[in-house]
Amino acid sequence: MPKDSGIGASPKRREDLRFLTGTGNYTDDINVNGQAYVHFLRSDVAHGRINGLDTAAAAAMPGVIRIFTGADFEGVGGLPCGWQVTDRHGQPMQEPAHPVLAQGKVRHVGDPIAAVVAETAEQARDAAEAIDVDLEELPAVIDMKAAIEEGATKVHDDLTSNLCYDWGFVEENREAVDKAFADAAHVTTLELVNNRLVANPMEPRVAVGDYNRATDDSTLYTTSQNPHVIRLLMGAFVLGIPEHKLRVVAPDVGGGFGSKIFHYAEEAFCTFAAKAINRAVKWTSSRSEAFISDAHGRDHVTKIELALDADHNFTALRTDTLANMGAYLSTFAPSVPTWLHGTLMAGNYKTPLIYVNVKAVFTNTVAVDAYRGAGRPEATFQLERVIDKAARELNVDPIELRRKNFITEFPYATPVAVEYDTGDYNATMDKLIEVADLAGFDARKAESEKNGKLRGLGVNCYIEACGIAPSNLVGQLGARAGLYESATVRVNATGGLVVMTGSHSHGQGHETSFPQVIAEMIGIDESMVEIVHGDTANAPMGMGTYGSRSLAVGGSAMVRATEKIINKAKKIAAHLLEASDADIELKDGQFSVAGTDKSVAWGDVTLAAYVPHNYPLEDIEPGLEETAFYDPANFTYPAGAYACEVEVDPDTGKVTIERFAAADDFGNIVNPMIVDGQVHGGLGQGIGQALLEGAVYDENGQLLSASFMDYAMPRADDVPFYTVDHSCQTPCTHNPLGVKGCGEAGAIGSPPAVVNAVVDALRSAGKDITHIDMPLSPSRVWAAMNQ
Amino acid sequence: MYEFEFERPSSIADAVAALKGDEAQALGGGQTLLPTMKQRLASPATLVSLGGIAEMKGVCVEDDGALAIGGGTTHAAVAEAAADKYPALADLAGHIGDPAVRNRGTIGGSLANNDPSACYPSAALASGATIVTNAREIAADDYFQGMFTTALEEGEIITNVKFPVPEAANYQKFLQPASRFALVGVFVAKYADGVRVAVTGASEEGVFRWTEAEAALSANFSGDALDGLSVPADGMISDLHGTSEYRAHLVGVMTKRAVAACG
Repeated sequence: MPKDSGIGASPKRREDLRFLTGTGNYTDDINVNGQAYVHFLRSDVAHGRINGLDTAAAAAMPGVIRIFTGADFEGVGGLPCGWQVTDRHGQPMQEPAHPVLAQGKVRHVGDPIAAVVAETAEQARDAAEAIDVDLEELPAVIDMKAAIEEGATKVHDDLTSNLCYDWGFVEENREAVDKAFADAAHVTTLELVNNRLVANPMEPRVAVGDYNRATDDSTLYTTSQNPHVIRLLMGAFVLGIPEHKLRVVAPDVGGGFGSKIFHYAEEAFCTFAAKAINRAVKWTSSRSEAFISDAHGRDHVTKIELALDADHNFTALRTDTLANMGAYLSTFAPSVPTWLHGTLMAGNYKTPLIYVNVKAVFTNTVAVDAYRGAGRPEATFQLERVIDKAARELNVDPIELRRKNFITEFPYATPVAVEYDTGDYNATMDKLIEVADLAGFDARKAESEKNGKLRGLGVNCYIEACGIAPSNLVGQLGARAGLYESATVRVNATGGLVVMTGSHSHGQGHETSFPQVIAEMIGIDESMVEIVHGDTANAPMGMGTYGSRSLAVGGSAMVRATEKIINKAKKIAAHLLEASDADIELKDGQFSVAGTDKSVAWGDVTLAAYVPHNYPLEDIEPGLEETAFYDPANFTYPAGAYACEVEVDPDTGKVTIERFAAADDFGNIVNPMIVDGQVHGGLGQGIGQALLEGAVYDENGQLLSASFMDYAMPRADDVPFYTVDHSCQTPCTHNPLGVKGCGEAGAIGSPPAVVNAVVDALRSAGKDITHIDMPLSPSRVWAAMNQ
Repeated sequence: MYEFEFERPSSIADAVAALKGDEAQALGGGQTLLPTMKQRLASPATLVSLGGIAEMKGVCVEDDGALAIGGGTTHAAVAEAAADKYPALADLAGHIGDPAVRNRGTIGGSLANNDPSACYPSAALASGATIVTNAREIAADDYFQGMFTTALEEGEIITNVKFPVPEAANYQKFLQPASRFALVGVFVAKYADGVRVAVTGASEEGVFRWTEAEAALSANFSGDALDGLSVPADGMISDLHGTSEYRAHLVGVMTKRAVAACG
C-alpha cells in the first residue's frame, strides 16, 4: 500500500503550479528600478589579437551609458578555477588567466571583447555593432591531438604548451598494469569519442547586477545552481567584495544540468558595472549567445584496453584520454576528466589493476566543464562499450561476462581510490532482465525483421559516485572548496517550519521532497513545511546542487538540524508535561510521556518556545531555530543496469528506440514520482547524446552546430515510454536517510546501452561493425553499414 | 532587429504599390524573414504584410479541376481545406514545422523564399503547378531557379498557386534531426500523361525533378521500376547531417517509398 504522505509517498510537485502556469520568478523576471542593459561584443574568430579597439563612434550612439573594454578590468581579478589537478610528475596543472573581458587576445568564438551598457538592450546592441575592432586573426587550434603536438600554436602565449596536465591514476599501478596486459589471455581495445555537448537548459543565463551607493552593498541576481559559491568566487577572487557586502540571489532557475554551476564573466561584469555606473545592469543571454558562451560538456577522445585471463576474469584496465578544456579553465573543469572520471573506472567490476591517463588540452573552443554526470558518463561509456566488445570477441554472453566480474562483497575498496559502501549488482541485473522482458526479445526481433527492420539489444551496467564529499578528501584531491551542505530549520510560533537550505532547486523538486522528510520526522502535515533556497541573504552557506547531492548531503543537513529542533522541543515538552526529557516521545505531532496518556501537541510546544511564559528559561533559550552543516563521510554509489532495444532502418540508417528499461539502486527513496521523473529526464539526455546531440567545430573554430537548426535536441517522439524500476534498494550506510542520489543516473547509464544496441542490430545483420561514434545519426549509421 | 516601417494593405494593388518603396520587403507568415531580422541578418526599411489581403486567402477548385490556393493561405488552412481534394498536398502542409509555424507560415511565403529544404517547392514542381503573381502566371518548371532563387521579380507577389490534381501522389520526408526540415523530401505525382518526381532538401541547386525516375515510373508505376536508378552524389548537399552520397541514396529510398505509398 503506497503511503500518501511522508517518506515514500509521491505527492505532486508543489512548485509545478507556478512553473506550469507562468507564475515563476526567474532571473529575467527581475527588474530593478533604473536598470540599464548590457550587450557583449563577442569575438567572431576563434583566435585573434586585438590590435585596436575604437569605441568613440559607438559611445556617441543613442542611449549609450558607458562602454567597457579589457582596459577597465586591469587590476581586477580573473575568473578563478576551483580545482587544481596535480599531474603525473607532481606538478600543478597549467592555469591560464581568464579575464572578464579580453585582454589583448581572443581565444574562442564568443570570447567577450567589449561590453556596451545602454538604456535599452536594443540600443546596447546597436552600439556594439559600431565598435571598431582591429582584430588580427591567428591560426586556431581545434583538434586536441594537433594541439599537443610539438610546435602547435599556443592558445595561451604565457603557458609552455596547450597541455593543461598529464594525469596518471593510479600512477603507482602503471607498471603492474602494463605487466598484466603482457600476461593477458585476451586484450580488447576500443577507440572512441565522447561527443561534445551543449547543455541548453530551457532558460538561458541571465545576470542582473545592482549596487547601493548609500550602503556600498552589491547584489547579483543570477541563473545559478549555487549562489553561495558564486558569492565566494566572485567576491573573493574577481571583484574583491567581502561576503557581507555581496548578496547573490538565484531565484527560480529553469534547468542547469551543470552549466549553471560555474562562475561566468557576465556575472562579474554586471556586478562590477553596476557599481561603476551606479545603476543596475542587466544581461539576458540569447540562445545564440548561449551556444558560444555557456560551458560545454564531455568532449573526450579515448583509447581503452581491457585485459582478461583465460577464464574471462578482468585482470587489468588501461585508458588513454584526451580531454578538451576549451580555451579557459571553467570553474570545475579540471576535476571532471580526473577525479570524477578516473575514480569510476572500476565500474561494477572487480578489475584488480587499473591505470587511467588523461591529458587535458587547451583549444580555441568554448570552455568545457561538468554536464549531467560529469566524468562518470565518460567513464561508464568507455567501460561498458569495451566490455561489450570483449564479449563479442570472446563469443560469450555480454550479461554473463559482466556477472562473472561483478563486485559482490561490500564494502569494496576499488583500485582507483574509492570505497563502495553498498550495492547488489546481480539484483539490479535480475530486475532488469525481468522488467525489460529480455526473454521476449527474440520474438520482438523476429517481428521487426518481418517489417524490414534490424532489431538490436544493448545491456549495460553503471555506477556513479554522488553526493561529492567529504571535504577533507576533496581538499587533498585539489578542490579549492568544501563540499558540505547546510540547513537552517526555523520553526514558527504556530508550528509551521521554514527550512533554509544551501541546496538550490532548479527542477529537482526539493520544495516537495524535502518537506516529506521533515513531516515524517515530526509527524505533521507536509504543508506545514516551506523550503527556502537560492538567496545568500537568508540561507546558510551552502555548496549548491550538482552531482546528485541534494538529498544525500543537503537532505542530511536538514535531518541533522531537525533532530536538533526535536531535541529542544522535547525539553520544552518535558517542562510543559512536568516530566523528564528522556521520557518524552514524539509521534504524529504529539509529545507524550512514555507509558502515560499525558501529551502535548507540536503546536503547543512551538508556541511555548516563542511565548515562553511557562518555560524553562534557566535551562534553554526561547525560540526554535537550528542550523546544521553536514559533511558526509564518503560518496554515495548509486548503480544499476539498463537495457535498450532499437530498430535500425537498413535503408536509411535511422535508429528508433523501441524499448528502454532501467533498474536502478538509489538506496532509500523519498518521493518515487520525482525519482521516476529524474530518471526519465536523465535517460532523455543520455539518448540525446547517443543519437542526436553534438557540438561540432570546423577547423577554423567556427561552431557549426550553433543553433537548434543544426544542434539536435531530443524531442518527445525521439524517446520511448520508459520502464523504470527502483525496487532494488541497498541503503547508503553513512548518511542518515540511507539515500544515494538519482539525478544523473539516466544520463550516465543510457548512452552505452543505445550504442551497444545499435552495434548488436547491425552485427546480427552480418555487418562487421564494432563501434560507431556518437551521435548515431542516420547518416553515420548508414555510412557505417555501407563502408 | 533594426527599426522598420510596417504596412498592412488590404488589397493586392495596394501591396504592389507599397512594395515599390525603397527597400520594401513583402512579409508572408514571417517564419523565415522574422527570425532573420531578429538575428540582424536582414534589415528591410519597410515590411509590407500580406496578411490583411482577403483575396489571397483560401482554397478552391477551379473550373479545370485544379486546386487553387491563395498565396496568403497558411499551412494549417491548406492541411484542412485540401484534405479531400489533394490529400498528399494536405498531408505535406500538415507536417511542415510545428503547429505555430503551420498557423503562421503561408504557401506563398514558402515558395517565394524557396528554401532548398522546404517542403512546398517539391509539391509545386511535382504537380506542375502554376505560380500566379500580381503580374503573370509562371509554370513551376520555370519558377524554381536554384537555392533561394526564383523567377519572381522585385516586388512581385505570389497571389495564388494552382495545382493540377493527380490521380495519385505522395510526399516522403526524411527529417534532418535538428531542424526537422527535409534532409531529403520526394514528392511523386501520377497524372494521366505521366509521372512527375520532385526532390527537395538534397541538391545544392534547390528543388529538382528526377527525370530518369519520372520516365521509368511513367512506363511502370511501381517501386521495381526504380531498381538500378540513382541520382549522382555530385551536386548534392553535404553537411553535418549527411554527406552528398547519403542524400543521393536517400533520394532513391524516399522515391520508392512515395511510389509504394501511392498504392
